Amino acid sequence: MSPVETAVAVRVTGLRKSYGDHVVLDGIDLEVAAGTVFALLGPNGAGKTTLIRILSTLVTPDGGEARVAGHDVVRDADLVRAAIGVTGQFSAVDALFTGEENLRLMADLRHLGKQAGRHRVAELLQRFDLVDAASKPVATYSGGMRRRLDLAMTLVGDPQVIFLDEPTAGLDPRSRRDVWQMIQELVAHGVTILLTTQYLEEADRLAERIGVLDHGVLVAEGTPDQLKRLAPGGHVRLAFADHDQLRRAAGAFAGASPDENALTLQIPSDGGIASLRAILDQLESASIDVGGLSLQTPDMDDVFLAITGDHGRQEVPVP
Amino acid sequence: MSTYQLVLTDSATMLRRNLRRMRRYPSLTLFIAGIPVVLLLLFVYVFGGTLGAGIGTIAGGRAEYLAYVVPGILLITVAGASQGTAISMAMDMNEGIIARFRTMAIARSSVLTGHVVGSVIQTMLAIVIVMLVAVLMGFRSTTGPVDWAAAMVLLMLAALAISWLSVALGMAAGSVETASNLPMFLVFLPFLSSGFVPTGSMPPGLAWFAEHQPFTPIIETVRGLLEGTPIGDAGLVAVGWCVGITVLGYLWARKLYDRDPVRS
Repeated sequence: MSPVETAVAVRVTGLRKSYGDHVVLDGIDLEVAAGTVFALLGPNGAGKTTLIRILSTLVTPDGGEARVAGHDVVRDADLVRAAIGVTGQFSAVDALFTGEENLRLMADLRHLGKQAGRHRVAELLQRFDLVDAASKPVATYSGGMRRRLDLAMTLVGDPQVIFLDEPTAGLDPRSRRDVWQMIQELVAHGVTILLTTQYLEEADRLAERIGVLDHGVLVAEGTPDQLKRLAPGGHVRLAFADHDQLRRAAGAFAGASPDENALTLQIPSDGGIASLRAILDQLESASIDVGGLSLQTPDMDDVFLAITGDHGRQEVPVP
Repeated sequence: MSTYQLVLTDSATMLRRNLRRMRRYPSLTLFIAGIPVVLLLLFVYVFGGTLGAGIGTIAGGRAEYLAYVVPGILLITVAGASQGTAISMAMDMNEGIIARFRTMAIARSSVLTGHVVGSVIQTMLAIVIVMLVAVLMGFRSTTGPVDWAAAMVLLMLAALAISWLSVALGMAAGSVETASNLPMFLVFLPFLSSGFVPTGSMPPGLAWFAEHQPFTPIIETVRGLLEGTPIGDAGLVAVGWCVGITVLGYLWARKLYDRDPVRS
Protein backbone atom coordinates (compact mmCIF):
# COMPACT_ATOMS: atom_id res chain seq x y z
CA MET A 1 0.00 0.00 0.00
CA SER A 2 1.22 3.43 -0.81
CA PRO A 3 1.77 5.71 2.14
CA VAL A 4 -0.66 8.21 0.66
CA GLU A 5 -4.16 7.11 1.50
CA THR A 6 -6.09 6.66 -1.72
CA ALA A 7 -9.76 7.58 -1.71
CA VAL A 8 -11.99 4.70 -0.72
CA ALA A 9 -15.35 4.44 -2.48
CA VAL A 10 -16.70 1.45 -0.60
CA ARG A 11 -15.64 0.34 2.85
CA VAL A 12 -17.23 -2.65 4.53
CA THR A 13 -16.32 -3.82 8.03
CA GLY A 14 -17.59 -6.91 9.79
CA LEU A 15 -20.80 -6.97 7.75
CA ARG A 16 -23.30 -9.64 8.74
CA LYS A 17 -26.69 -10.69 7.49
CA SER A 18 -28.81 -13.71 8.29
CA TYR A 19 -32.23 -14.81 7.17
CA GLY A 20 -33.56 -16.86 10.05
CA ASP A 21 -30.95 -19.52 10.80
CA HIS A 22 -29.33 -19.10 7.45
CA VAL A 23 -26.19 -16.99 7.66
CA VAL A 24 -25.76 -15.22 4.33
CA LEU A 25 -22.91 -12.86 5.17
CA ASP A 26 -20.61 -13.89 7.98
CA GLY A 27 -18.43 -10.86 8.73
CA ILE A 28 -17.27 -9.31 5.49
CA ASP A 29 -14.40 -6.82 5.35
CA LEU A 30 -13.84 -5.12 2.05
CA GLU A 31 -12.42 -1.96 0.54
CA VAL A 32 -12.80 -0.64 -2.97
CA ALA A 33 -10.55 2.23 -4.04
CA ALA A 34 -12.23 5.06 -5.92
CA GLY A 35 -11.99 4.79 -9.69
CA THR A 36 -11.38 1.06 -9.78
CA VAL A 37 -13.34 -2.08 -10.62
CA PHE A 38 -13.76 -4.65 -7.89
CA ALA A 39 -15.23 -8.02 -8.80
CA LEU A 40 -17.00 -10.20 -6.30
CA LEU A 41 -16.68 -13.74 -7.47
CA GLY A 42 -18.54 -16.66 -6.05
CA PRO A 43 -20.93 -19.50 -6.73
CA ASN A 44 -24.71 -19.19 -6.42
CA GLY A 45 -25.76 -18.56 -2.86
CA ALA A 46 -22.38 -17.24 -1.78
CA GLY A 47 -23.94 -13.96 -0.64
CA LYS A 48 -22.93 -11.72 -3.54
CA THR A 49 -26.40 -10.37 -4.26
CA THR A 50 -27.13 -9.80 -0.58
CA LEU A 51 -23.94 -7.78 -0.25
CA ILE A 52 -24.90 -5.65 -3.25
CA ARG A 53 -28.39 -5.17 -1.84
CA ILE A 54 -27.00 -3.96 1.48
CA LEU A 55 -24.57 -1.59 -0.23
CA SER A 56 -27.35 -0.20 -2.42
CA THR A 57 -29.61 0.39 0.64
CA LEU A 58 -32.18 -2.21 -0.39
CA VAL A 59 -31.55 -4.47 2.59
CA THR A 60 -30.52 -3.55 6.12
CA PRO A 61 -27.55 -5.45 7.57
CA ASP A 62 -27.74 -7.24 10.93
CA GLY A 63 -24.31 -6.09 12.05
CA GLY A 64 -21.13 -4.40 10.96
CA GLU A 65 -20.77 -1.24 8.95
CA ALA A 66 -20.85 -0.31 5.30
CA ARG A 67 -19.94 3.07 3.88
CA VAL A 68 -20.44 4.02 0.26
CA ALA A 69 -19.02 7.29 -1.10
CA GLY A 70 -18.27 8.19 2.52
CA HIS A 71 -21.83 7.73 3.81
CA ASP A 72 -23.24 5.05 6.06
CA VAL A 73 -25.73 2.87 4.16
CA VAL A 74 -28.12 2.66 7.11
CA ARG A 75 -27.92 6.09 8.74
CA ASP A 76 -27.49 8.17 5.61
CA ALA A 77 -29.28 5.99 3.08
CA ASP A 78 -30.46 8.96 1.02
CA LEU A 79 -26.94 10.38 0.67
CA VAL A 80 -25.76 6.96 -0.47
CA ARG A 81 -28.68 6.74 -2.92
CA ALA A 82 -27.75 10.08 -4.42
CA ALA A 83 -24.23 8.81 -5.13
CA ILE A 84 -24.90 5.35 -6.52
CA GLY A 85 -26.34 3.59 -9.52
CA VAL A 86 -27.52 0.00 -9.43
CA THR A 87 -28.16 -2.55 -12.15
CA GLY A 88 -29.53 -5.75 -10.74
CA GLN A 89 -29.72 -9.26 -12.10
CA PHE A 90 -33.21 -8.71 -13.41
CA SER A 91 -33.88 -5.83 -15.69
CA ALA A 92 -35.17 -2.78 -13.86
CA VAL A 93 -36.99 -1.18 -16.75
CA ASP A 94 -40.62 -0.36 -17.36
CA ALA A 95 -41.67 -2.78 -20.08
CA LEU A 96 -44.76 -0.72 -21.02
CA PHE A 97 -42.58 2.32 -21.72
CA THR A 98 -40.31 3.03 -24.64
CA GLY A 99 -36.58 3.21 -24.11
CA GLU A 100 -36.64 6.98 -24.27
CA GLU A 101 -39.54 7.23 -21.80
CA ASN A 102 -37.66 5.03 -19.37
CA LEU A 103 -34.65 7.30 -19.55
CA ARG A 104 -36.82 10.41 -19.25
CA LEU A 105 -38.39 8.95 -16.14
CA MET A 106 -34.94 8.52 -14.62
CA ALA A 107 -33.99 12.07 -15.59
CA ASP A 108 -37.15 13.38 -13.87
CA LEU A 109 -36.48 11.35 -10.74
CA ARG A 110 -32.89 12.62 -10.68
CA HIS A 111 -34.36 16.15 -10.88
CA LEU A 112 -32.21 17.06 -13.85
CA GLY A 113 -34.62 19.67 -15.16
CA LYS A 114 -36.26 19.66 -18.57
CA GLN A 115 -33.41 20.93 -20.70
CA ALA A 116 -30.59 19.01 -19.01
CA GLY A 117 -32.72 15.89 -18.82
CA ARG A 118 -33.50 15.91 -22.51
CA HIS A 119 -29.85 16.45 -23.34
CA ARG A 120 -28.70 13.63 -21.07
CA VAL A 121 -31.28 11.20 -22.46
CA ALA A 122 -30.27 11.93 -26.05
CA GLU A 123 -26.61 11.47 -25.16
CA LEU A 124 -27.22 8.13 -23.45
CA LEU A 125 -29.39 6.81 -26.29
CA GLN A 126 -26.52 7.61 -28.63
CA ARG A 127 -23.86 6.12 -26.39
CA PHE A 128 -25.73 2.89 -25.78
CA ASP A 129 -26.70 2.45 -29.42
CA LEU A 130 -30.41 2.75 -28.70
CA VAL A 131 -31.31 5.66 -30.98
CA ASP A 132 -33.20 3.47 -33.46
CA ALA A 133 -35.10 1.69 -30.72
CA ALA A 134 -35.72 4.81 -28.63
CA SER A 135 -39.41 5.09 -29.44
CA LYS A 136 -40.19 1.39 -29.37
CA PRO A 137 -41.71 -0.19 -26.25
CA VAL A 138 -39.15 -2.04 -24.14
CA ALA A 139 -41.28 -5.18 -24.32
CA THR A 140 -40.02 -5.58 -27.89
CA TYR A 141 -36.31 -5.26 -26.95
CA SER A 142 -33.85 -8.15 -27.06
CA GLY A 143 -32.01 -9.23 -23.91
CA GLY A 144 -28.90 -7.30 -24.88
CA MET A 145 -30.86 -4.12 -25.64
CA ARG A 146 -32.68 -4.35 -22.35
CA ARG A 147 -29.41 -4.66 -20.51
CA ARG A 148 -27.97 -1.69 -22.35
CA LEU A 149 -31.05 0.38 -21.49
CA ASP A 150 -30.81 -0.81 -17.91
CA LEU A 151 -27.21 0.38 -17.72
CA ALA A 152 -28.07 3.66 -19.42
CA MET A 153 -30.84 4.26 -16.85
CA THR A 154 -28.33 3.64 -14.10
CA LEU A 155 -26.07 6.29 -15.58
CA VAL A 156 -28.64 9.07 -15.96
CA GLY A 157 -27.75 10.58 -12.59
CA ASP A 158 -23.97 10.40 -13.14
CA PRO A 159 -23.36 8.10 -10.17
CA GLN A 160 -19.91 8.00 -8.52
CA VAL A 161 -20.27 4.37 -7.50
CA ILE A 162 -22.02 1.74 -9.60
CA PHE A 163 -23.11 -1.68 -8.42
CA LEU A 164 -23.62 -4.28 -11.10
CA ASP A 165 -25.12 -7.56 -10.01
CA GLU A 166 -24.16 -10.15 -12.62
CA PRO A 167 -24.30 -7.60 -15.43
CA THR A 168 -23.75 -10.13 -18.19
CA ALA A 169 -25.82 -13.04 -16.89
CA GLY A 170 -27.87 -14.54 -19.70
CA LEU A 171 -26.34 -12.41 -22.46
CA ASP A 172 -24.96 -13.71 -25.73
CA PRO A 173 -21.19 -13.37 -26.25
CA ARG A 174 -21.50 -10.24 -28.36
CA SER A 175 -23.73 -8.41 -25.87
CA ARG A 176 -21.41 -9.51 -23.10
CA ARG A 177 -18.51 -7.89 -24.90
CA ASP A 178 -20.55 -4.70 -25.32
CA VAL A 179 -21.22 -4.58 -21.59
CA TRP A 180 -17.56 -5.18 -20.83
CA GLN A 181 -16.58 -2.32 -23.07
CA MET A 182 -19.07 -0.02 -21.37
CA ILE A 183 -17.72 -0.94 -17.96
CA GLN A 184 -14.19 -0.17 -19.11
CA GLU A 185 -15.28 3.19 -20.51
CA LEU A 186 -17.01 4.09 -17.26
CA VAL A 187 -13.97 3.35 -15.18
CA ALA A 188 -11.87 5.39 -17.58
CA HIS A 189 -14.10 8.31 -16.60
CA GLY A 190 -13.36 7.84 -12.92
CA VAL A 191 -16.40 5.88 -11.79
CA THR A 192 -15.99 3.16 -9.17
CA ILE A 193 -17.60 -0.16 -10.01
CA LEU A 194 -18.35 -3.10 -7.79
CA LEU A 195 -19.66 -6.01 -9.78
CA THR A 196 -20.56 -9.57 -9.04
CA THR A 197 -20.01 -12.38 -11.45
CA GLN A 198 -19.86 -16.12 -11.73
CA TYR A 199 -17.63 -15.86 -14.75
CA LEU A 200 -13.97 -16.02 -13.84
CA GLU A 201 -12.96 -14.70 -17.21
CA GLU A 202 -15.09 -11.62 -16.60
CA ALA A 203 -13.54 -10.86 -13.23
CA ASP A 204 -10.05 -11.44 -14.61
CA ARG A 205 -10.66 -9.16 -17.54
CA LEU A 206 -12.42 -6.26 -15.88
CA ALA A 207 -11.32 -6.01 -12.29
CA GLU A 208 -8.27 -4.51 -10.65
CA ARG A 209 -9.07 -6.53 -7.55
CA ILE A 210 -11.14 -9.62 -7.04
CA GLY A 211 -12.77 -10.88 -3.89
CA VAL A 212 -13.81 -14.50 -3.73
CA LEU A 213 -16.96 -14.99 -1.71
CA ASP A 214 -17.99 -18.42 -0.56
CA HIS A 215 -20.65 -19.28 2.03
CA GLY A 216 -20.83 -15.68 3.19
CA VAL A 217 -17.10 -15.39 3.84
CA LEU A 218 -14.53 -13.54 1.78
CA VAL A 219 -12.09 -16.42 1.31
CA ALA A 220 -9.54 -14.59 -0.80
CA GLU A 221 -8.92 -11.11 -2.09
CA GLY A 222 -6.29 -9.62 -4.34
CA THR A 223 -5.31 -8.71 -7.87
CA PRO A 224 -6.08 -11.32 -10.53
CA ASP A 225 -2.36 -12.18 -10.68
CA GLN A 226 -2.08 -12.55 -6.92
CA LEU A 227 -5.03 -14.90 -6.98
CA LYS A 228 -3.63 -16.89 -9.87
CA ARG A 229 -0.49 -17.53 -7.86
CA LEU A 230 -2.63 -19.27 -5.29
CA ALA A 231 -3.27 -22.02 -7.79
CA PRO A 232 -0.49 -24.40 -8.76
CA GLY A 233 0.11 -25.75 -12.24
CA GLY A 234 1.80 -23.23 -14.57
CA HIS A 235 4.03 -24.80 -17.23
CA VAL A 236 5.49 -24.54 -20.70
CA ARG A 237 4.59 -27.32 -23.09
CA LEU A 238 6.96 -28.16 -25.94
CA ALA A 239 5.98 -30.36 -28.86
CA PHE A 240 8.51 -32.37 -30.89
CA ALA A 241 8.66 -34.06 -34.26
CA ASP A 242 10.23 -37.31 -33.05
CA HIS A 243 11.22 -39.36 -30.01
CA ASP A 244 14.89 -38.57 -30.35
CA GLN A 245 14.37 -34.82 -29.97
CA LEU A 246 11.99 -35.40 -27.09
CA ARG A 247 14.53 -37.57 -25.25
CA ARG A 248 17.30 -35.03 -25.72
CA ALA A 249 15.07 -32.23 -24.49
CA ALA A 250 13.94 -34.26 -21.50
CA GLY A 251 17.59 -34.73 -20.58
CA ALA A 252 18.26 -31.00 -20.82
CA PHE A 253 15.55 -29.86 -18.37
CA ALA A 254 15.49 -31.17 -14.84
CA GLY A 255 12.02 -31.64 -13.44
CA ALA A 256 10.40 -31.84 -16.87
CA SER A 257 7.86 -34.53 -17.59
CA PRO A 258 7.85 -36.08 -21.08
CA ASP A 259 4.82 -37.61 -22.74
CA GLU A 260 6.09 -40.30 -25.16
CA ASN A 261 2.79 -40.77 -26.95
CA ALA A 262 1.96 -37.12 -27.54
CA LEU A 263 5.63 -36.27 -28.12
CA THR A 264 5.40 -33.35 -25.72
CA LEU A 265 7.40 -32.18 -22.75
CA GLN A 266 6.01 -30.18 -19.84
CA ILE A 267 8.43 -27.85 -18.09
CA PRO A 268 7.26 -26.19 -14.86
CA SER A 269 7.34 -22.42 -15.27
CA ASP A 270 5.78 -19.28 -13.88
CA GLY A 271 5.03 -18.23 -17.42
CA GLY A 272 7.18 -15.12 -17.17
CA ILE A 273 9.28 -13.77 -20.06
CA ALA A 274 12.60 -14.42 -18.29
CA SER A 275 11.97 -18.09 -17.65
CA LEU A 276 10.64 -18.51 -21.15
CA ARG A 277 13.78 -16.98 -22.62
CA ALA A 278 15.91 -19.26 -20.46
CA ILE A 279 14.11 -22.28 -21.87
CA LEU A 280 14.52 -21.07 -25.44
CA ASP A 281 18.23 -20.32 -24.89
CA GLN A 282 18.81 -23.77 -23.50
CA LEU A 283 16.99 -25.39 -26.43
CA GLU A 284 19.11 -23.43 -28.86
CA SER A 285 22.43 -24.17 -27.20
CA ALA A 286 21.59 -27.89 -27.22
CA SER A 287 20.40 -27.54 -30.88
CA ILE A 288 17.09 -29.21 -30.21
CA ASP A 289 14.37 -28.73 -32.82
CA VAL A 290 11.04 -27.77 -31.34
CA GLY A 291 7.86 -28.29 -33.30
CA GLY A 292 5.68 -26.06 -31.16
CA LEU A 293 5.46 -24.24 -27.89
CA SER A 294 2.52 -23.31 -25.73
CA LEU A 295 2.22 -21.56 -22.42
CA GLN A 296 -0.11 -22.93 -19.76
CA THR A 297 -0.83 -20.46 -16.99
CA PRO A 298 -3.31 -21.31 -14.26
CA ASP A 299 -6.55 -19.60 -15.19
CA MET A 300 -9.15 -18.28 -12.83
CA ASP A 301 -10.97 -21.58 -12.95
CA ASP A 302 -8.00 -23.28 -11.33
CA VAL A 303 -7.87 -20.51 -8.75
CA PHE A 304 -11.54 -20.71 -8.04
CA LEU A 305 -11.51 -24.44 -7.54
CA ALA A 306 -8.32 -24.29 -5.46
CA ILE A 307 -9.84 -21.68 -3.16
CA THR A 308 -13.44 -22.73 -2.83
CA GLY A 309 -12.76 -26.46 -3.38
CA ASP A 310 -15.41 -29.06 -2.93
CA HIS A 311 -13.83 -30.54 0.20
CA GLY A 312 -15.48 -28.04 2.48
CA ARG A 313 -14.04 -24.61 2.96
CA GLN A 314 -10.37 -23.98 2.71
CA GLU A 315 -9.09 -20.87 4.41
CA VAL A 316 -6.68 -19.13 2.12
CA PRO A 317 -4.73 -16.25 3.58
CA VAL A 318 -5.76 -12.93 2.13
CA PRO A 319 -2.69 -11.57 0.36
CA MET B 1 -35.04 21.30 -3.00
CA SER B 2 -37.00 21.07 0.23
CA THR B 3 -38.41 17.77 1.40
CA TYR B 4 -41.93 18.99 0.73
CA GLN B 5 -41.05 20.02 -2.82
CA LEU B 6 -39.27 16.71 -3.34
CA VAL B 7 -42.38 14.77 -2.33
CA LEU B 8 -44.55 16.83 -4.69
CA THR B 9 -42.15 16.65 -7.66
CA ASP B 10 -41.50 12.93 -7.32
CA SER B 11 -45.16 12.11 -6.73
CA ALA B 12 -46.07 14.07 -9.86
CA THR B 13 -43.43 12.15 -11.84
CA MET B 14 -44.78 8.85 -10.55
CA LEU B 15 -48.34 9.91 -11.29
CA ARG B 16 -47.36 10.75 -14.89
CA ARG B 17 -45.78 7.32 -15.09
CA ASN B 18 -48.93 5.58 -13.87
CA LEU B 19 -51.23 7.56 -16.13
CA ARG B 20 -49.02 6.70 -19.08
CA ARG B 21 -49.09 3.04 -18.09
CA MET B 22 -52.88 3.22 -17.97
CA ARG B 23 -52.95 4.63 -21.48
CA ARG B 24 -50.69 1.84 -22.67
CA TYR B 25 -52.92 -0.74 -21.05
CA PRO B 26 -56.41 0.68 -21.63
CA SER B 27 -58.22 -2.64 -21.25
CA LEU B 28 -57.86 -2.29 -17.48
CA THR B 29 -59.70 1.07 -17.40
CA LEU B 30 -62.40 -0.25 -19.75
CA PHE B 31 -62.79 -3.28 -17.53
CA ILE B 32 -63.19 -1.04 -14.48
CA ALA B 33 -66.03 0.90 -16.14
CA GLY B 34 -67.39 -2.08 -18.07
CA ILE B 35 -68.33 -4.34 -15.17
CA PRO B 36 -70.52 -1.75 -13.37
CA VAL B 37 -72.20 -0.82 -16.64
CA VAL B 38 -73.07 -4.47 -17.25
CA LEU B 39 -74.34 -4.80 -13.68
CA LEU B 40 -76.43 -1.64 -14.09
CA LEU B 41 -78.04 -3.01 -17.27
CA LEU B 42 -78.56 -6.39 -15.63
CA PHE B 43 -80.12 -5.06 -12.44
CA VAL B 44 -82.35 -2.52 -14.13
CA TYR B 45 -83.55 -4.41 -17.21
CA VAL B 46 -83.53 -7.99 -15.89
CA PHE B 47 -84.28 -7.68 -12.16
CA GLY B 48 -85.49 -4.08 -12.06
CA GLY B 49 -89.14 -4.68 -12.79
CA THR B 50 -89.54 -7.08 -9.89
CA LEU B 51 -87.07 -5.46 -7.50
CA GLY B 52 -88.59 -2.04 -8.11
CA ALA B 53 -91.99 -3.31 -7.00
CA GLY B 54 -90.51 -4.39 -3.68
CA ILE B 55 -88.38 -1.41 -2.66
CA GLY B 56 -91.24 0.15 -0.76
CA THR B 57 -92.02 3.30 -2.70
CA ILE B 58 -95.61 3.93 -3.69
CA ALA B 59 -95.08 3.67 -7.43
CA GLY B 60 -92.50 0.89 -7.61
CA GLY B 61 -91.20 -0.06 -11.03
CA ARG B 62 -88.21 -0.21 -13.32
CA ALA B 63 -87.68 3.57 -13.38
CA GLU B 64 -87.85 3.75 -9.58
CA TYR B 65 -85.40 0.88 -9.29
CA LEU B 66 -82.97 2.64 -11.62
CA ALA B 67 -83.04 5.63 -9.27
CA TYR B 68 -82.57 3.35 -6.28
CA VAL B 69 -79.68 1.29 -7.65
CA VAL B 70 -77.47 4.02 -9.19
CA PRO B 71 -75.65 4.93 -5.93
CA GLY B 72 -74.96 1.23 -5.30
CA ILE B 73 -73.59 0.80 -8.84
CA LEU B 74 -71.36 3.86 -8.35
CA LEU B 75 -69.88 2.26 -5.23
CA ILE B 76 -69.50 -1.04 -7.10
CA THR B 77 -67.42 1.00 -9.55
CA VAL B 78 -65.25 2.34 -6.74
CA ALA B 79 -64.87 -1.09 -5.14
CA GLY B 80 -64.26 -2.83 -8.47
CA ALA B 81 -61.37 -0.49 -9.26
CA SER B 82 -59.54 -2.01 -6.30
CA GLN B 83 -58.81 -5.06 -8.42
CA GLY B 84 -57.13 -3.02 -11.12
CA THR B 85 -55.15 -1.05 -8.56
CA ALA B 86 -53.94 -4.14 -6.74
CA ILE B 87 -53.03 -5.83 -10.03
CA SER B 88 -51.04 -2.89 -11.34
CA MET B 89 -49.25 -2.48 -7.99
CA ALA B 90 -48.38 -6.19 -7.92
CA MET B 91 -47.21 -6.04 -11.54
CA ASP B 92 -44.98 -3.15 -10.62
CA MET B 93 -43.55 -4.90 -7.57
CA ASN B 94 -42.69 -7.91 -9.71
CA GLU B 95 -40.73 -5.77 -12.15
CA GLY B 96 -37.24 -4.83 -11.14
CA ILE B 97 -38.02 -1.15 -11.54
CA ILE B 98 -39.37 -0.78 -8.00
CA ALA B 99 -36.04 -2.07 -6.70
CA ARG B 100 -34.40 0.61 -8.80
CA PHE B 101 -36.67 3.30 -7.35
CA ARG B 102 -35.72 2.13 -3.88
CA THR B 103 -32.04 2.66 -4.59
CA MET B 104 -32.65 6.22 -5.81
CA ALA B 105 -32.77 9.38 -3.72
CA ILE B 106 -36.45 10.06 -4.34
CA ALA B 107 -39.31 10.71 -1.94
CA ARG B 108 -40.02 7.28 -0.51
CA SER B 109 -43.80 7.55 -0.65
CA SER B 110 -43.94 8.84 -4.23
CA VAL B 111 -44.21 5.37 -5.81
CA LEU B 112 -47.29 4.68 -3.69
CA THR B 113 -48.81 8.14 -4.11
CA GLY B 114 -48.39 7.83 -7.88
CA HIS B 115 -50.34 4.59 -7.88
CA VAL B 116 -53.04 5.88 -5.54
CA VAL B 117 -53.67 9.19 -7.30
CA GLY B 118 -53.56 7.46 -10.68
CA SER B 119 -56.09 4.93 -9.51
CA VAL B 120 -58.40 7.63 -8.09
CA ILE B 121 -58.34 9.41 -11.46
CA GLN B 122 -59.06 6.12 -13.20
CA THR B 123 -61.97 5.41 -10.85
CA MET B 124 -63.46 8.87 -11.34
CA LEU B 125 -63.29 8.41 -15.12
CA ALA B 126 -65.17 5.14 -14.73
CA ILE B 127 -67.71 6.90 -12.45
CA VAL B 128 -68.35 9.47 -15.19
CA ILE B 129 -68.86 6.71 -17.77
CA VAL B 130 -71.27 4.83 -15.48
CA MET B 131 -73.19 8.07 -14.74
CA LEU B 132 -73.52 8.81 -18.45
CA VAL B 133 -74.93 5.35 -19.08
CA ALA B 134 -77.35 5.79 -16.16
CA VAL B 135 -78.52 9.13 -17.59
CA LEU B 136 -78.99 7.52 -21.01
CA MET B 137 -81.13 4.88 -19.29
CA GLY B 138 -83.33 7.59 -17.88
CA PHE B 139 -81.73 8.44 -14.54
CA ARG B 140 -82.46 12.02 -13.44
CA SER B 141 -81.09 13.72 -10.35
CA THR B 142 -83.53 15.83 -8.39
CA THR B 143 -80.93 17.93 -6.61
CA GLY B 144 -78.67 20.82 -7.57
CA PRO B 145 -75.01 21.27 -8.60
CA VAL B 146 -73.76 21.79 -5.03
CA ASP B 147 -75.15 18.39 -4.03
CA TRP B 148 -73.72 16.77 -7.16
CA ALA B 149 -70.32 18.22 -6.36
CA ALA B 150 -70.59 16.95 -2.80
CA ALA B 151 -71.51 13.49 -4.09
CA MET B 152 -68.45 13.53 -6.38
CA VAL B 153 -66.21 14.57 -3.48
CA LEU B 154 -67.53 11.74 -1.33
CA LEU B 155 -67.04 9.24 -4.17
CA MET B 156 -63.52 10.55 -4.56
CA LEU B 157 -62.87 10.11 -0.84
CA ALA B 158 -64.18 6.56 -1.10
CA ALA B 159 -61.95 5.95 -4.14
CA LEU B 160 -58.97 7.31 -2.19
CA ALA B 161 -59.66 4.98 0.73
CA ILE B 162 -60.13 1.95 -1.51
CA SER B 163 -57.01 2.85 -3.52
CA TRP B 164 -54.72 3.00 -0.48
CA LEU B 165 -56.13 -0.28 0.73
CA SER B 166 -55.72 -1.88 -2.72
CA VAL B 167 -52.14 -0.67 -3.08
CA ALA B 168 -51.38 -2.40 0.22
CA LEU B 169 -53.30 -5.51 -0.90
CA GLY B 170 -51.35 -5.55 -4.17
CA MET B 171 -48.07 -5.54 -2.26
CA ALA B 172 -49.26 -8.08 0.31
CA ALA B 173 -50.35 -10.40 -2.50
CA GLY B 174 -46.84 -11.04 -3.82
CA SER B 175 -48.04 -12.24 -7.20
CA VAL B 176 -50.28 -10.75 -9.85
CA GLU B 177 -52.64 -13.74 -9.67
CA THR B 178 -53.19 -13.35 -5.93
CA ALA B 179 -53.50 -9.60 -6.35
CA SER B 180 -56.46 -10.08 -8.67
CA ASN B 181 -58.24 -12.30 -6.14
CA LEU B 182 -57.40 -10.61 -2.86
CA PRO B 183 -59.67 -7.53 -3.29
CA MET B 184 -62.67 -9.72 -4.25
CA PHE B 185 -64.25 -9.16 -0.82
CA LEU B 186 -64.31 -5.42 -1.59
CA VAL B 187 -66.15 -6.10 -4.84
CA PHE B 188 -68.81 -8.11 -3.02
CA LEU B 189 -69.31 -5.82 -0.03
CA PRO B 190 -71.60 -3.35 -1.85
CA PHE B 191 -74.04 -6.20 -2.55
CA LEU B 192 -74.40 -6.71 1.20
CA SER B 193 -75.45 -3.10 1.74
CA SER B 194 -78.40 -0.84 1.09
CA GLY B 195 -77.20 -0.47 -2.51
CA PHE B 196 -79.45 -3.00 -4.21
CA VAL B 197 -82.29 -3.61 -1.77
CA PRO B 198 -83.24 -1.87 1.48
CA THR B 199 -81.51 -3.48 4.47
CA GLY B 200 -84.91 -3.93 6.15
CA SER B 201 -85.76 -6.66 3.63
CA MET B 202 -82.78 -8.79 4.72
CA PRO B 203 -82.74 -11.42 7.52
CA PRO B 204 -81.89 -9.80 10.90
CA GLY B 205 -78.18 -10.84 11.11
CA LEU B 206 -77.44 -9.81 7.55
CA ALA B 207 -79.43 -6.61 7.98
CA TRP B 208 -77.33 -5.72 11.02
CA PHE B 209 -74.13 -6.34 9.03
CA ALA B 210 -75.45 -4.37 6.05
CA GLU B 211 -76.35 -1.40 8.23
CA HIS B 212 -72.97 -1.29 9.94
CA GLN B 213 -70.55 -1.93 7.08
CA PRO B 214 -68.85 1.09 5.47
CA PHE B 215 -70.55 0.98 2.08
CA THR B 216 -74.11 1.54 3.41
CA PRO B 217 -73.56 5.03 4.89
CA ILE B 218 -71.58 6.03 1.79
CA ILE B 219 -74.36 4.78 -0.50
CA GLU B 220 -77.06 6.43 1.61
CA THR B 221 -75.19 9.74 1.50
CA VAL B 222 -74.65 9.57 -2.27
CA ARG B 223 -78.33 8.70 -2.68
CA GLY B 224 -79.33 11.65 -0.52
CA LEU B 225 -77.08 14.00 -2.46
CA LEU B 226 -78.32 12.83 -5.87
CA GLU B 227 -81.98 12.23 -5.08
CA GLY B 228 -82.79 14.28 -2.02
CA THR B 229 -83.54 11.36 0.31
CA PRO B 230 -82.81 12.02 4.00
CA ILE B 231 -79.10 11.61 4.87
CA GLY B 232 -79.12 12.02 8.65
CA ASP B 233 -75.83 11.13 10.30
CA ALA B 234 -74.88 8.80 7.40
CA GLY B 235 -72.81 11.63 5.89
CA LEU B 236 -70.56 11.93 8.90
CA VAL B 237 -70.25 8.17 9.30
CA ALA B 238 -69.40 7.86 5.58
CA VAL B 239 -66.62 10.45 5.78
CA GLY B 240 -65.37 8.79 8.97
CA TRP B 241 -65.11 5.39 7.26
CA CYS B 242 -63.33 6.92 4.26
CA VAL B 243 -60.77 8.74 6.40
CA GLY B 244 -60.27 5.72 8.65
CA ILE B 245 -59.70 3.29 5.76
CA THR B 246 -57.41 5.81 4.04
CA VAL B 247 -55.21 6.14 7.13
CA LEU B 248 -55.08 2.39 7.75
CA GLY B 249 -54.44 1.62 4.08
CA TYR B 250 -51.71 4.28 3.95
CA LEU B 251 -49.95 2.99 7.06
CA TRP B 252 -50.17 -0.62 5.91
CA ALA B 253 -48.92 0.26 2.44
CA ARG B 254 -45.98 2.26 3.84
CA LYS B 255 -45.08 -0.64 6.11
CA LEU B 256 -45.17 -3.15 3.27
CA TYR B 257 -43.18 -0.85 1.00
CA ASP B 258 -40.50 -0.18 3.60
CA ARG B 259 -39.84 -3.80 4.46
CA ASP B 260 -36.75 -5.42 3.00
CA PRO B 261 -37.47 -7.15 -0.28
CA VAL B 262 -37.79 -10.88 0.08
CA ARG B 263 -34.60 -12.74 -0.71
CA SER B 264 -34.79 -14.44 -4.05
